[in-house]
Amino acid sequence: MSTFKDAGHLFRFAGLFVLAFLVFLVVRHYVVPKSFGQYGHYRGASMGEIAARPVKFAGHASCEACHTDVVDKKKNGKHAQVNCEACHGALAKHADDPSTVKPTLPDTAVLCARCHTASAAKPKGFPQVVPAEHSNGLPCETCHQPHNPGMDAPKTDAGGAK
Amino acid sequence: MKISRRQMLILLPAAAVAWESVLAGTPEESPNYKMSEHWWGMLIDVSKCIGCGNCVRACQTENDVPDGYFRTWVERYHVSDENMTRPEVISPDGGKEGFPVAKGDEGKYFFVPKMCNHCVDSPCTQVCPVGATFIGPDGVVLVDQKYCLGCAYCVQACPYGCRYIHPQKEVADKCTLCYHRITKGLTTACCEACPTGARQLADLKDPKDPIHEFLRTHNVQVLKPQMATGAKAFYNDLDGSVR
Repeated sequence: MSTFKDAGHLFRFAGLFVLAFLVFLVVRHYVVPKSFGQYGHYRGASMGEIAARPVKFAGHASCEACHTDVVDKKKNGKHAQVNCEACHGALAKHADDPSTVKPTLPDTAVLCARCHTASAAKPKGFPQVVPAEHSNGLPCETCHQPHNPGMDAPKTDAGGAK
Repeated sequence: MKISRRQMLILLPAAAVAWESVLAGTPEESPNYKMSEHWWGMLIDVSKCIGCGNCVRACQTENDVPDGYFRTWVERYHVSDENMTRPEVISPDGGKEGFPVAKGDEGKYFFVPKMCNHCVDSPCTQVCPVGATFIGPDGVVLVDQKYCLGCAYCVQACPYGCRYIHPQKEVADKCTLCYHRITKGLTTACCEACPTGARQLADLKDPKDPIHEFLRTHNVQVLKPQMATGAKAFYNDLDGSVR
């Protein structure tokens, strides 16, 4: 053992390194979140947290589960592909609790004009009118009912949504 | 109440199992969602956009986006015949309340909805010093807001200007592709609210998704392809003047 004679200070120094490394491992264990590195260089659990945020738009499938009468009205009309909440707004609360949370009817004067006001920037095939010239100030639903806006559609349900 | 030794031996492990499940928390919000089975993107059909701003409003409602900040917005381009490469672009309040009427005297007008492109090789995730923003196994670029420092490197790095620092939370915020909705089988809020189908959520790993047929049969581009970001927002009918 003559090689290691007078080498104690080196061992003490090495011991210090090992100790520091152990402290690093312990601190790292507590500081780095459990799911860090689960999928990559980020906290895997954050994906679940983001996925758990509340939904505000119920989606047309949940509307159609109850409002089958509107589905029937819409299906042959020009608005067949327009989802319910495109006009009626976010209604997940109503879908969760239909009896207490009642949606308000949208104002057709604003609603129809938003899409159908004529502008050179809109696609040429899209139906668009200059509202003042088109209806002389009459409300849109005098002639068009929103769920099936064609002029040949039956105008039994003037207000549109119920 | 007296509990015998035998009953105790049965009860103790049962209690331990019950306590474990309490500690583990409630089960996943979306138990049927498997990340490895999806690769999300978005199809944006410029020729269908009417600039109504429904997507912008829906996004702000769904995601509580503060006023004046946008996860998605709509731009209106005006390209004149004389100056094809210098379009005039407007986006009043992100297009939230629509656009002024365009008089079609000269040049061409069209709308371009913009949003996070959920890039495969995104510059924004590469610059994050703490691993707070990342692309998930299902191809959605997300921000871990508990981990984000708010240094805004990613805001500068995004070539599309799709990120901002949330004024109250003081962390980076961006489009999550409505991750809380798509993991439950719903579409995004902007797609749900779009009246013309100009936006469509696309799952590139789903062989039945109509996106594959669409990409084969249309002239589809991504924004800033020269930046090699691997953008997954596919634009149909995009004019060359769009930046």
